[in-house]
Amino acid sequence: MKVPLSWLREYVDLPAVTAHEVADALTRAGLKLEAITSYGHDIKNVVVGEVLSIEELSGFKKPIRHCQVEVGEAAPREIVCGATNFQAGDRVPVALPGAVLPGGFEIASRKTYGRLSDGMICSEAELGVAESSPGILVLSPGTPIGVDVVELLGLRDDVIELEITPDVGYALSVRGVAREAATAFGVPFRDPADITPPDGSGPAHPASIADPSACDRFVLREVRGFDPAAESPLWLRVRLARAGVRPVSLAVDVTNYVMLELGQPLHAFDAATLTGEIVVRRAEPGETLETLDHVVRALHPEDVLITDGSGVISMAGTMGGLKTEISGETTDIVIEAAHFSPSGVARMSRRHNLVSEASKRFERGVDRELPLYASWKAARLLAELGGGTIQPGVTHAEAEVEPVRVAMPSGHPGRVAGIPYDRETVVRRLEQVGCTVQAGGAAPAGGIAARLAVTGDDMLTVTPPSWRPDLTDPNDLAEEVIRLEGYEKLPSVLPAAPAGAGLTEGQRLRRRVGRALAGAGYVEVLAYPFMGERDLDALQLPAGDERRLAVRLANPLSEDEPLMRTTLLPGLLRTLVRNAGRGFADLTLFETGLVYRPDRDAPATAPVLGVDRRPTAEELASIESALPAQPVRVAAVLAGEFERSGWWGGGRTASWADAIEAARVVAREAGVELSVRADRHEPWHPGRCAALYAGDVLVGHAGELHPRVIEAYGLPPRTAAMELELTRLEPLSAGPVQVSSISAYPVATQDVALVVASATPVAEVEAALREGAGDLLESIRLFDVYTGAQAGEGNKSLAYTLRFRAADRTLTAEETTAARDAAVALAAERTGARLRGA
Amino acid sequence: MSNYDPVEVTPLHADELARMRDDALDAIKAARDLDELKQVRLAHAGDRSPIALANREIGALPPAARADAGKRIGGARKAVAEALAERQAQLEAERDERVLVEETVDVTLPWDRAPRGARHPLTTLQERVADAFVAMGYEVAEGPELEGEWFNFDALNISPDHPARSEHDTFFVESVESGKVLRTQTSPVQIRALLGRSLPVYVVSPGKVFRTDELDATHTPVFHQVEGLAIDEGLTMAHLKGTLDRFAEVMFGEGITTRFRPNYFPFTEPSAEMDLKCFVCRGASATPGNPPCRTCKSEGWIEWGGCGMVNPRVLVACGVDPARYSGFAFGMGIERTLMFRHNVEDMRDMVEGDVRFTLPFGMEV
Repeated sequence: MKVPLSWLREYVDLPAVTAHEVADALTRAGLKLEAITSYGHDIKNVVVGEVLSIEELSGFKKPIRHCQVEVGEAAPREIVCGATNFQAGDRVPVALPGAVLPGGFEIASRKTYGRLSDGMICSEAELGVAESSPGILVLSPGTPIGVDVVELLGLRDDVIELEITPDVGYALSVRGVAREAATAFGVPFRDPADITPPDGSGPAHPASIADPSACDRFVLREVRGFDPAAESPLWLRVRLARAGVRPVSLAVDVTNYVMLELGQPLHAFDAATLTGEIVVRRAEPGETLETLDHVVRALHPEDVLITDGSGVISMAGTMGGLKTEISGETTDIVIEAAHFSPSGVARMSRRHNLVSEASKRFERGVDRELPLYASWKAARLLAELGGGTIQPGVTHAEAEVEPVRVAMPSGHPGRVAGIPYDRETVVRRLEQVGCTVQAGGAAPAGGIAARLAVTGDDMLTVTPPSWRPDLTDPNDLAEEVIRLEGYEKLPSVLPAAPAGAGLTEGQRLRRRVGRALAGAGYVEVLAYPFMGERDLDALQLPAGDERRLAVRLANPLSEDEPLMRTTLLPGLLRTLVRNAGRGFADLTLFETGLVYRPDRDAPATAPVLGVDRRPTAEELASIESALPAQPVRVAAVLAGEFERSGWWGGGRTASWADAIEAARVVAREAGVELSVRADRHEPWHPGRCAALYAGDVLVGHAGELHPRVIEAYGLPPRTAAMELELTRLEPLSAGPVQVSSISAYPVATQDVALVVASATPVAEVEAALREGAGDLLESIRLFDVYTGAQAGEGNKSLAYTLRFRAADRTLTAEETTAARDAAVALAAERTGARLRGA
Repeated sequence: MSNYDPVEVTPLHADELARMRDDALDAIKAARDLDELKQVRLAHAGDRSPIALANREIGALPPAARADAGKRIGGARKAVAEALAERQAQLEAERDERVLVEETVDVTLPWDRAPRGARHPLTTLQERVADAFVAMGYEVAEGPELEGEWFNFDALNISPDHPARSEHDTFFVESVESGKVLRTQTSPVQIRALLGRSLPVYVVSPGKVFRTDELDATHTPVFHQVEGLAIDEGLTMAHLKGTLDRFAEVMFGEGITTRFRPNYFPFTEPSAEMDLKCFVCRGASATPGNPPCRTCKSEGWIEWGGCGMVNPRVLVACGVDPARYSGFAFGMGIERTLMFRHNVEDMRDMVEGDVRFTLPFGMEV
């Protein structure tokens, strides 16, 4: 809302304060300053002059005039002018030499077109009151010569632009802002709606309300004999333009002016186009309307419409119809001022994607008492400025509306604020808002109002004013008192919360995982959780893969990515490609986040429950069961060199093994030892894919990506990845580490080299060795894998170091050898391993 | 009785001993390296050294002279041993110096062999915020990102006609009638906390939220918020202010100034916006004539977040009696906080995952 300070000052006796001070006070009251724009402060030395004589100069490409202009000095000034829309005897604004026009444009005496030009005759645009103007500004004949034009035309002004929250529609008017300003500065407020229309003598035009849920007040007045050629006066155009509304024509400008001043949207019909009674109703099937913007709109059964004998003529409070629009020939004007249902207008405006200054106000709530006064004000202005006469009588259809009354103890605002306000303060503040306050009052008997009721000593019954339909609950009234007393006066008191339990195990785990992966060299990314079918194909997921069952958005930002991710990989891979494209070859990235896994059998819709009580457990379950599972996953992708090459020698390319190690890093934080089994699972390379198990529970996969995935995403060759489901991993934690006593006896080390078939998984050999070695085994480590000729065709040789130690004695050579032999024997039995060289 | 032959034993003469000692000391001093010193040790302090041999002669002295001679020999031996130890230490130090200098490397060589990792600042900032409240006794509450419309809107007193509930602002799942949305705020976690926990409730909930904005320098369709909720007996706006003042201090340091100004949110009443006095220009840039400030765009204040007293209608929807309980809620944008706390100018830098953006943050923010 843009409010020129001059307009505000008409209705409130503001002290001598700057626009910034006014804006600060309004901001403190809840009307937040967006911007202040100053006009005319830079204009100086522009005065009224009278054109005494005009000499037309010839020989130039365009008409040029050399004028003698009387400006109240000893002698007239001679001025060259390119405009032709004035004649001798006209009064015009003259910028004298030394004058400054908007934008710092300085005027000086100069020679031009062979003559002296000792100043400039100004247009509206040059004075900064219009965006463009065809000629110079001709003032009314009686304008005194020599007076300052800035003062005369009120060019100097500051416009305060305020952000208006959606609850206070009344602040979308000079009237509302003036009331707030008056309260803020403690000065009197003159209500611009405080006017007395003459008593009506019958209706101006037949009208009725067919649907009281759509409209509860409908007022029409008529002005006849309006001069369609009449133009809006300069002051009106300047005000509108500064309030951000483009001047159009006198009839339109007047309705806009009254709307800006009072907050009541108005609509003007060409009376000649109306037929029969005007009826406010909802749409009937198949109805359409061509609106002012030349769009033919198919109407919805809930749309709120103004109709006459010919059909629909306007979308209530949103946009008028083209057929009944005021035109250049209109002489008889019917003015409509109504109170439409806020939700009716809101829904209609959204359905048709039509937001207008009127719909914005109706949606936020317009003063129900305004239509009679606003329509009168508009009619009077049209009559005054456009030469018409107001027809006697007014149409006034209305539906009964029960006034809202709110009861609360006078101490309630203080108890909400945490600082006591005495009764007198509470009553005074509520009255400044416009409420009527009476002592006494009973809590409402039923419904939500009863649940919201606040009782206590010294009850007050408060009737909010017609312009504040937002005030319905005790806390609404508390806010009014607290904000007018000043939020800045609230004390700052830290409450003593009960002792909390800190982070949950799951929350701690997610943090540890992030730190561990970052410590291991991975960079966290937060990719958008959207994906498309293209991703599922690029990942080579087969038909029927459960990751293809994805949640689809009704209104995705991009038609390419309408699905919610079922795996973290697409976002990570795209981020990797983006970084690679920016010149980074060695990349290690990870993400922790939710994936969305719908259940085929889940209900399609989640019910929208009532809000007047706590839902039952069954009702809540009916929502939960319609939501997809949303487990937390962690995934990592890596490409290029994991260990970089450099002056120290060669590096090491990131591989499937690093991906599995990243998974182990995560599992270790969860207190879970992963076991690895070879698997074939897209999007991984079928020969380089590990299924990761915690005990018997599959928790994820890791390995090198399938070459087709690498190609589809344009990834660096041999890109590897891992993905784990943290939600699945977390409950498998072994719990707190149990410490066994640390033996101080010496270690006994035995190396063994075992030959097994190449296809035998090393994990199985190691598991057998570990089990066979028994309790004396402290650790086992594979230190070499050899596949050369000496291992034999189709075989590999595995070299292990086994470390043995007892808790209570030094082991003898016989004991360690026996343990080693037992380990080898079990490995032989389970995997066919034999000692190398044996 | 045996008869002593009172002969003079030359080596035990004081002069002779002094000479032996000085010979030894000179030799020690002259030893140029540890090998030479070893030879000197044998020659002057070994079993066959002159002083050792002289010592054997003591027995030949009359008993009255033995004590004197013994004293002289002891003195000489001590002087030699001390000199040897000193020279030994000196030569060892010289040798070490020489050898270690030979092992000198260029310690200015670069080393970036291992990959460097980092956590995303939006993650660590959420953790830092959560920690500030956990320290005040709050617990961290969580909820689903794909949420029931009732949780995201209705229970929060957002009416069915509210503009936010249109496809212009909210991602709907499957269809606009499904009752399922991508949560547009972390506030539904308030509802879950009130339904799922016993009173009093003090929770903070950071998380991901969604709105249908195209990505540009100041908007992103996926962003993060942190929400706080406290419901207890007797909580007031003064408590809300105290809590946020403390929070601002934890995030921006002692002496940060905050301001409440009236605002509107359906789920709080009264509602307020919390502004921070710009911690860079301290508000000075708002005065015309002072240098401009990039952090607050010369407004002097930074809009930080919305807050207010939980609307009793929200409590009713969760089965909490507003006559007995009251409380406050607040919410801040994590991206926004990161932008002004760390001078990030373009939202896209936070979402694209460019490693150059994330790496400097390391493990903390």
